[in-house]
Amino acid sequence: MKLIVAIIQPHKLEEVKEELYKIEVNLITVSEVLGHGRQKGITEVYRGTKETGNLLRKARLEIAVNEEFVEPTIKAIIKGAKTGETGDGKIFVIDLKECVRIRTEERGSTAIG
Amino acid sequence: MINSGDTAWVLICAALVLLMTPGLAFFYGGMVRKKNVLSILMQCFIIMCALSIQWVVVGYSLSFAPSGGFWGGLQWLGLRGVGFEPYTDYASTIPHQAFMIFQAMFAIITPALIIGAFAERMKFSAFLVFTLLWATFVYDPLCHWVWGMGGWLRNMGALDFAGGTVVHINAGIAALVTALILGKRVNLEKNTPTPHSMPFVVLGTGLLWFGWFGFNAGSALAANGLAVNAFVVTNTAAAAAGLSWALIEWLRNGKPTIFGVCSGAVAGLVAITPAAGFVSVIPAIIIGLLVSLFCFLAVTVLKPKLGYDDSLDAFGVHCIGGIWGALATGLFASKAVNSLGADGLIFGNPKQFTVQLVTVGVTIAYTSVVTLVIYKLVDLFIGMRVEEREELMGLDLTQHRERAYTVLE
Repeated sequence: MKLIVAIIQPHKLEEVKEELYKIEVNLITVSEVLGHGRQKGITEVYRGTKETGNLLRKARLEIAVNEEFVEPTIKAIIKGAKTGETGDGKIFVIDLKECVRIRTEERGSTAIG
Repeated sequence: MINSGDTAWVLICAALVLLMTPGLAFFYGGMVRKKNVLSILMQCFIIMCALSIQWVVVGYSLSFAPSGGFWGGLQWLGLRGVGFEPYTDYASTIPHQAFMIFQAMFAIITPALIIGAFAERMKFSAFLVFTLLWATFVYDPLCHWVWGMGGWLRNMGALDFAGGTVVHINAGIAALVTALILGKRVNLEKNTPTPHSMPFVVLGTGLLWFGWFGFNAGSALAANGLAVNAFVVTNTAAAAAGLSWALIEWLRNGKPTIFGVCSGAVAGLVAITPAAGFVSVIPAIIIGLLVSLFCFLAVTVLKPKLGYDDSLDAFGVHCIGGIWGALATGLFASKAVNSLGADGLIFGNPKQFTVQLVTVGVTIAYTSVVTLVIYKLVDLFIGMRVEEREELMGLDLTQHRERAYTVLE
């Protein structure tokens, strides 16, 4: 089991969701986060005061999958989120020790899908 | 003779109409994505600033100084000669400047209505130049034709009590033209934008409804029975239309929505605007009930079918609602309500309906052509649309370097 965490452009969320549905990955968690990588953030101005390096708005996806879904999920996220510009984001793949479905108390890979 | 009651009423109404523009800002601002909300508020507020100046320097004279020409005369430039004595051809019991400042608020809100069509994708600098040109070359002449002394539509007998034609059809058709040539927002099909703050939409609708009493009842230009009639029918039509939109949604989609009730109420206020000083309360209910049906069809059937991206339905609500209101005035107007008006079709005067039709036709033709020319000119020199990268990041950050909401703290 793996936990896939992706940081993407917020306006690419719909397309990524669409690609994930196509490969039948339906269980995702999305949150709004701030961050920047090579984009170096942006400058904002409030009443004449400049604030440089402010963080950009991003969407963070968390998807827990069984091994055979790892590559298709990564490919789907790339397909939906890639523009080729800086700021497209990153995908992190983390080993997942355990997964429990609260309703049924199932554990492990049967609890994921 | 100056009447202090009338003067007080018109000044209060001017303030009420001014409040409609911030109301509109919240109404529209709630409908856009949160990366663009400040751009909407900014566009509305800068119009309050820019048009206030345009109006006292040139706009009032071009609109209202007596003349039989294309514009009003130039004799009132910079408010020269516009003083504290009544100008009896417009309003015989209030200072001329009170009439002027009341009219200023109409000149402000009209271009602000168009914002709904090009929301989320227009460059701020281009917007500002476009708006000033539009006010001078579209609003001012049309205002003169319908309301100014010597205006040819006024002489023809067109009835437009508070601005159904001059304000709503005018702004609505300009909205359609700009939406058509500006094109759709990036990625619209795959990423359908959801209104980011429904409470703002409701707040804006409340402010609009409140301010609209100034818009319509103030257009009596006196604190009298006619003002009361306009007040009552305005409230009635808005109520009927809000109710009717909710019912349509209930029947068609299974659930009524607050967005629907707000859209309906605004459509009702638009439709009653030209009729407010000429119709009684039962026609107001009919006008309100039907306007929601027409506008609902425009935004849910016509818009997807024709494929233009009128982001916040400025055309679908203001132009469609305005046309219905102008024609309904030709149907339901009654001299029993206003002896200075005329009877409509159902009171045995079909000619009034024809006059209303001609006025609507002239407005659509003139406004669409001149809006197109102004758009193309500004596009040539400044460029109307933001770059795709800027559109995706949002206009708040790229046009103003501000953001509306923080994520942390």
